[in-house]
Amino acid sequence: MSNDKVIIADKLTKRFGDFTAVDAISFEVNKGEIFGFLGANGAGKTTAMRMLSGLSMPTSGKAIVAGFDIYRENEQIKRNIGYMSQKFSLYEDLTVKENIRFYAGIYGKSNQFIKEKTERVLRQLHLSAEADKLVKSLPLGWKQKLAFSVAIFHEPQLVFLDEPTGGVDPVTRREFWHMIYEAAASGITVFVTTHYMDEAEYCNRVSIMVDGRIDALDTPQQLKKTFSASSMDEVFLKLARKATRAAD
Amino acid sequence: MPAVIVNNITKRYGKKNAVVTALKEISFEVDKGELFGIIGPDGAGKTSLFRILTTLLLPEGGTASVDGFDVVKDYKAIRKRVGYMPGRFSLYQDLTVKENLDFFATIFNTSVEENYELVKDIYSQIEPFKDRRAGKLSGGMKQKLALSCALIHRPSVLFLDEPTTGVDAVSRKEFWEMLQRLKKQGITILVSTPYMDEASLCDRVALVQSGKILSIDTPEQIVASFEKPLLAVKSDNMLQLLSLLKQCEWVEDAYPFGEFHHVVMKGEFKADLSAYLSSQLSAFEMVDTNPNIEDCFISLMKENDE
Repeated sequence: MSNDKVIIADKLTKRFGDFTAVDAISFEVNKGEIFGFLGANGAGKTTAMRMLSGLSMPTSGKAIVAGFDIYRENEQIKRNIGYMSQKFSLYEDLTVKENIRFYAGIYGKSNQFIKEKTERVLRQLHLSAEADKLVKSLPLGWKQKLAFSVAIFHEPQLVFLDEPTGGVDPVTRREFWHMIYEAAASGITVFVTTHYMDEAEYCNRVSIMVDGRIDALDTPQQLKKTFSASSMDEVFLKLARKATRAAD
Repeated sequence: MPAVIVNNITKRYGKKNAVVTALKEISFEVDKGELFGIIGPDGAGKTSLFRILTTLLLPEGGTASVDGFDVVKDYKAIRKRVGYMPGRFSLYQDLTVKENLDFFATIFNTSVEENYELVKDIYSQIEPFKDRRAGKLSGGMKQKLALSCALIHRPSVLFLDEPTTGVDAVSRKEFWEMLQRLKKQGITILVSTPYMDEASLCDRVALVQSGKILSIDTPEQIVASFEKPLLAVKSDNMLQLLSLLKQCEWVEDAYPFGEFHHVVMKGEFKADLSAYLSSQLSAFEMVDTNPNIEDCFISLMKENDE
């Protein structure tokens, strides 16, 4: 495979009984790219992400993630990716520092690495004074930013963000995206889902899933042109309205 | 008389050394038949407010009434006449669709038949699955069942706490269309949401942040009160563009906004900014633009922080 592709999916399929959750999707994601993964509820996004992160075996098709085969090398995949979702990210009853130490430890980072990088990360987040506070005492926006830093602390090739900004205020949402841009500029590939259509515009390329298939994949600009739409919201509505199956 | 009156309501949680003030002396009124939006991020105090108004939580200070009844003294009367759809799905997962609806109707001493007309528009969409257990429904169908159950006793005021959170753009649109039709039946609706774009679908909105109301008005009026010039700018390298804009002396604020960056100007300095960007970038695009609710929210949030 070529080195500049972080994800190569080829007719990736997942069936549950006679229900095809993901229907032969094929796409590639480039190194350092911010890739938006959109779709209505129930379109198959979560199932696809679970396969790509090595948590669920496909029914058929192929995929290489971070250079590893999703059938044979799913443990290596887990080591080389980061993951963050709105629902689960940090342990509320651990302190800021303990959360970082815990996650970095899981990924096998050395004490020296953890110590040095923790200080740097906390400084960047302006959280140095809160290092020994319980995560549950932090405002939501800070938690989300900290969770993202933790997800990329071990310097993975690729990070999956599953609705990372749900419910977050508009100022923090933008600070969060600034962090995403910086991560991408440092070479970390970002794979992100969102229900905020303005955020789709911040992605380099966007795919839209409908009924288990990828019905569109392009730059936001090109998608708007193709669908004669003035915004990504309009593109999404045009595509998702065609869905025939019920939401999850 | 307004359907809802909130007067200096304060809500605190926690003990002595770890007190969180969820609501800070909030006041507003909602007229009968109005569709009123409470717009704000998580942690703004939306759920605390709804729980106080539905008599499930006692405030530390202030007074509030719903349909003329006091939320503390007359809690029994209020419970009979309001409908409440909490943010978390809270129907009986082990009961079927029909059993849930029957159950809620019975509790309020009515029957599904008696008020079928009111819920028909919504309930008919899930009626084909009436024998399915609620726990086995899709997200969209659960939402419709929860709304049907909150309506089945024909409430005069309906409280919907974040009904569209985590819901995709298509389902959100459909849900708001249902609310518009309900409004026509004369029900007062209070709805909370973290999605700023939903503000424009309400008659009036309160923008809330950290337990305080930043602004209350019609969506049109809130947008109209944004007085500073606003520009939309884009270039090939948006990250570089943003840091250039932020350093600029004429710029009050700059932030990403879809395919553009929005730039709030300190005054009429468009020509100056354009000249400056020309000296720094090979190509860029700059146009005047109209603010929307999100621009207003960002600006109010920052004013409040200062």
